[in-house]
Amino acid sequence: MAAPTSTVDLSTALITAPVPIGHWLAILPVAHCITLGAVLLMLRGYPRLQAWLAIPGLAALALINAALLAKVAAEGPLTMVMGRWLPPFGIAFTVDLFSGLMAFTAALAALAASIYALADIGESGRRYGFFPLLMLLMAGVTGAFLTGDIFNLYVWFEVLLISSFGLIILGSEREQIDGALKYAVLNLIATTLFLVGVGILYAAFGTLNMADIAGRARDLRGTAPLMTLASLFLLAFGMKAAAFPVNFWLPAAYHTPRITVSALFAGLLTKVGIYALIRVMVMLLPVEREELSLVIALAAAATILVGALGALAENDIRRLFGYIVISGIGNMLAGVALGGLGGISGAVFYALHSMVLMTALYLAAGEIARRGGGFSLSALGGLYRQSGGFTALSLVLFLAACGLPPFSGFWPKVILVKASLDLGAWWLAASILVGGFLTTIAFGRLFLLAYWRPAPIGLTPTVLVASGARWRTGLPLAALTALVVGFGIVPEQLLALSQSAAAGLADPEAYLHSVFLEGGVP
Amino acid sequence: MMEPLLAILVGLFFAAAIYLMLSKFSIRIMLGIAILGNAVNLLLFTGGRLTREVPPIIPAGLDSLPAGTANPLPQALILTAIVISFSFLAFLLVLTYRAYQDLGTDNTSDMRAAEPDDRPLPPLGY
Repeated sequence: MAAPTSTVDLSTALITAPVPIGHWLAILPVAHCITLGAVLLMLRGYPRLQAWLAIPGLAALALINAALLAKVAAEGPLTMVMGRWLPPFGIAFTVDLFSGLMAFTAALAALAASIYALADIGESGRRYGFFPLLMLLMAGVTGAFLTGDIFNLYVWFEVLLISSFGLIILGSEREQIDGALKYAVLNLIATTLFLVGVGILYAAFGTLNMADIAGRARDLRGTAPLMTLASLFLLAFGMKAAAFPVNFWLPAAYHTPRITVSALFAGLLTKVGIYALIRVMVMLLPVEREELSLVIALAAAATILVGALGALAENDIRRLFGYIVISGIGNMLAGVALGGLGGISGAVFYALHSMVLMTALYLAAGEIARRGGGFSLSALGGLYRQSGGFTALSLVLFLAACGLPPFSGFWPKVILVKASLDLGAWWLAASILVGGFLTTIAFGRLFLLAYWRPAPIGLTPTVLVASGARWRTGLPLAALTALVVGFGIVPEQLLALSQSAAAGLADPEAYLHSVFLEGGVP
Repeated sequence: MMEPLLAILVGLFFAAAIYLMLSKFSIRIMLGIAILGNAVNLLLFTGGRLTREVPPIIPAGLDSLPAGTANPLPQALILTAIVISFSFLAFLLVLTYRAYQDLGTDNTSDMRAAEPDDRPLPPLGY
């Protein structure tokens, strides 16, 4: 601390130089989403105009996030502090490769879902506020990915949670009210547990800045209750990510909203939980993650198997896909449990793959219902005869979800299995493989019943959408499937990116350096 | 001096909240959530040190707060948390009321609209 001064010397507290233009990119995605959300809210009376503002808006978000990702990949982590206070006093937005990758992929998934919404969300849904809520959801999701302050992370969780409440009850049907009540209560309890963790963390560390926490954790290990904190965060984020044994809210709720909303939730929300878990456990509390790794690994194995077995027992394809989401979460948790470069890069790759794939799967479910007249496996049939192209597209998605080559689900599973065998955790490798096997059976049966089986007698194919509107459902599905195929065939670049993201998490020197520039180190 | 007392109070709040949230009836769960939110607020408050009569003002000639002042930051955090938990509680109360109207029950065991007990298993062959 400087000696008492009569005139206040601001140079130790505040940067007075103007912000470099590139740094605005860190805050731009969130500012863009909130502004557009507010504008769309004012245009409630013009449902048609809303869509034509929201879709270019989400395309712009994807472009901004792509620019941010390119900058971070080229120059390393980027920090912008609110009010130009030196960290840890100002709230920091710190973007590293991991955040950049997640935010960019999330924007792509949301863009695809918003195009699908043109066909799926009618005028009443738009008047109800689908597009404003979607923009605010994206503000919450992107903010959670980009922030470098743990209390700020809690605030973004709440932003995305309240928008998701609005989206899940879009339509106000009985099933939706029922599903929404369970979803809302359990997710609110999870975020409150997270806040408990933040409170204890602040009492122990005296700071909320993630880089500051990561730096101080080494010295505080002897005195502060870090294991308690790590366990609390594990429970809170595990609940958000729907990990066993706190996964039961997901299959109870994710099949009730409109299919576009389900696709968004399945693609983005559970992955925010995984992101926060990786950020806190791997970067902030690595020693505690090591201590808890057996617990995480057991939860991971149970999550994989519970998800796969649940998928086998479901007749409603939306619920079936809900269990597939859970099974995927188990795979990412396995990566967190394994740690090391292999485990974390596997988890990061799997999260990126899962965002694209789960959005695509739910959109495909909507398409199945549109063509086959429902979501029930016992009543579906004859989709192959109806459309060969859609069948091929679905098969690609199904194989990717099973983790079979040459699609994008294959590579993260290879990395995770290899990482667990390297550590001697054969039972974790076995549960990943058995989970994949059971998932393959579930998807094989779905394909057999809904596509190959002749349409049940008495069931006439329902009216298809007018051919002029086909692109609204076809384009997003085809684009997401192209991503799944592309990253399956040429995974090198994404592999390299997830590996450097994992390296940046395991050794956060660059992250710390970007927050505490020379002279600002506490 | 005050901290142990408040710590016990926070513990009581958490116990009451968890007891209420374990109930099957949705309105008790809501009461539990309201108490849980306040338990967390008190926890944050206690975490920021409790003192009386020492305002958090840096006296002239000093660069930092004198020893023994309470940390004002947790109080700002509580303010944020109060606003958020209040708005969530308002939403949840409306949702609960609506669920009571639409589903005709406040017993969560009977709320099976989204997951009916008699939902079929997938066909075993064709």
